[in-house]
Amino acid sequence: MKFTPFKAQLAALALTSSALAVVMSGCSNSTASTGISPQVMADSLHAVMAADRTVYTKKVVNRLVKEDKVIKASEHWQDDKALPLPAQMFRFGAELVAEKGAPFSYSLLSLWPINKQNAPKTDAEKEGLEYIKDNPGENFYKEEVLGGTKYFTAVYPDPAVAPACVDCHNDHKDTPKSDFKIGDIMGGVVIRIPLS
Amino acid sequence: MATALKKKWIWLLWLMLNLVLGSYYAWGLIKEEKSLYLPGETTSGHYQIELACDACHGETFAGTDALQKACVKCHGAELKEVDDSHPKSKFTDPRNADRTAILDARTCLTCHKEHAPQSTHTMGVTLPDDFCAYCHSKIEKDRPSHKGMAFDTCANAGCHNFHDNKALYEDFLVKHMDEPETFETAQIPQRNFMVFYEDYSKRKDLSIAPLAKSDAKFPGTVSVAAEIIDQWATTSHAKRGVNCEACHKGAEPNTPVAAWSDKPSELTCKSCHELELTGFYAGKHGMRLAQMLPPMQVSEARQIMNTEETHDALSCSSCHGAHEYSTQTAAVDSCMNCHKDDHTLAYKKSKHFELLQQELNGRVQQGSGVSCATCHLPRVQQKHKGIERIVVQHNQNRNLRPNEKMIREVCMNCHGLGFSIDALADPKLIANNFQGKPGKHIESIQMAKIREIEQAKKKALEKQNQ
Repeated sequence: MKFTPFKAQLAALALTSSALAVVMSGCSNSTASTGISPQVMADSLHAVMAADRTVYTKKVVNRLVKEDKVIKASEHWQDDKALPLPAQMFRFGAELVAEKGAPFSYSLLSLWPINKQNAPKTDAEKEGLEYIKDNPGENFYKEEVLGGTKYFTAVYPDPAVAPACVDCHNDHKDTPKSDFKIGDIMGGVVIRIPLS
Repeated sequence: MATALKKKWIWLLWLMLNLVLGSYYAWGLIKEEKSLYLPGETTSGHYQIELACDACHGETFAGTDALQKACVKCHGAELKEVDDSHPKSKFTDPRNADRTAILDARTCLTCHKEHAPQSTHTMGVTLPDDFCAYCHSKIEKDRPSHKGMAFDTCANAGCHNFHDNKALYEDFLVKHMDEPETFETAQIPQRNFMVFYEDYSKRKDLSIAPLAKSDAKFPGTVSVAAEIIDQWATTSHAKRGVNCEACHKGAEPNTPVAAWSDKPSELTCKSCHELELTGFYAGKHGMRLAQMLPPMQVSEARQIMNTEETHDALSCSSCHGAHEYSTQTAAVDSCMNCHKDDHTLAYKKSKHFELLQQELNGRVQQGSGVSCATCHLPRVQQKHKGIERIVVQHNQNRNLRPNEKMIREVCMNCHGLGFSIDALADPKLIANNFQGKPGKHIESIQMAKIREIEQAKKKALEKQNQ
């Protein structure tokens, strides 16, 4: 058989493709077999949430409302042509995630909620919010069963990062607590990942 | 022997019966009209399109998911717009799993079953009236003022709605609590179609120079009555350079651009009146056309109608006239030609009509009069292709039920919130077209006001003690 340069190139290409396929499948296997734990996933999600939340609170709301004083932030932001409150911004994001059908869910809860719907409800929420209040700088993790599904539930402290947070909460007519200071834990971000 | 013969006859009869029944239902499958397969009377919201089975069930009758998708397709945008108080995400959140187990509002069908006339009541709800209490029975803990209120009063007493509370939420009540019955500046917004059309005509390179009768342009093969030209010459169409061919040679789907059409369909109007047509398709006047069904006829309506007035096609021209295109006619006379219920019949004795007459006679300023369309086809603010427009919402069902939906975009142009809530809660006043004062008083504003004062006192005391 005559081995032409064309055939040689074809053989080389086939060899390269096979090798690449093996490497790629190896990579994919390795990812699948390693996986990530629910805690790592929850921590990672929270890192993104906390960063976005801080940026919106400090660089948008606090700057424009408290420093530059060019716009108001209001719970009724559409009617008042104002900025959505940071807590609403967070909730709207959580609702969009739910609408997209993502398997995890998250919410912002507090032992001192302005909206009573945001008070802790499940045992894990109650325990978690007490824990992060009593143990500054620590997170809380627990498994719980809700509606027949087992969840990995993580609770992260949510501190007051700007004057806008404390002033608004302290002055609100429905707040159960009026003496928040910057740096205080005002509530907690709860992330749930289904385990089954 | 006789018994065997009898048995044979029974079997033959059984076979015949099956054949007849089978043929009857098979015929129902083949023919276009599918009423044979309707499992029960449809709700007032859907009866017009009940023969377009796939509008709700999908082509394959794929089950609950397909039905839910169909609900969202027609009603989803509006629910978003009104900031739905009970969105699906509330019920998919695991922390509310206990509540979802009681009321699974992840799907519309839990509360709104179709083809179930025996359990369907106001607003197509098929649940018993106490559904609010499933989750809110302990409301008095947060709102002591609600103590002792009956389980069915939340949504039936003019205070709360399941979906749309844009005119009823507490801070809104407080903000508008001291408003008078009628504002001195009572006036409805003015349409600004030209803001859009000037831009549109520039983009399409269309002249907006006024046209006279002699400018009417149509093919020599078409005979046009002088009366038609007269009618057209008085319209805004002629005044803004819209000639015969703009509509009669409009590009409809599957129609060559150059072809003349004697009776252009509503799709021709769409090129300039897209927002109006979208509303028309969503309401009871156009929902059949939207589903590619034959147009609605007056005699088929469930409301009290003038049965002698049968339209051959309920389209744009049914109300606006084929060539008059009068918004004035469409705002009162066209409605009253067909609708014959008490509310409509009482309109011409109302203060609203009196104001309209005064406006038309130039005795009060423009925007003071109230026509049927003022409330039922209201002028609303909409952003369209980057332009802020005041456009007529042609879905006349959009603000009807619950009627509190009418408060913000209609009533409050002229009336205070408290008066508006009370008026809409009084069925007798609605029936006589608002001749007189509301005979009902809804306590919600007063309750919100008292709470506001109490909370402020509590807050002041806390500050004092700090």
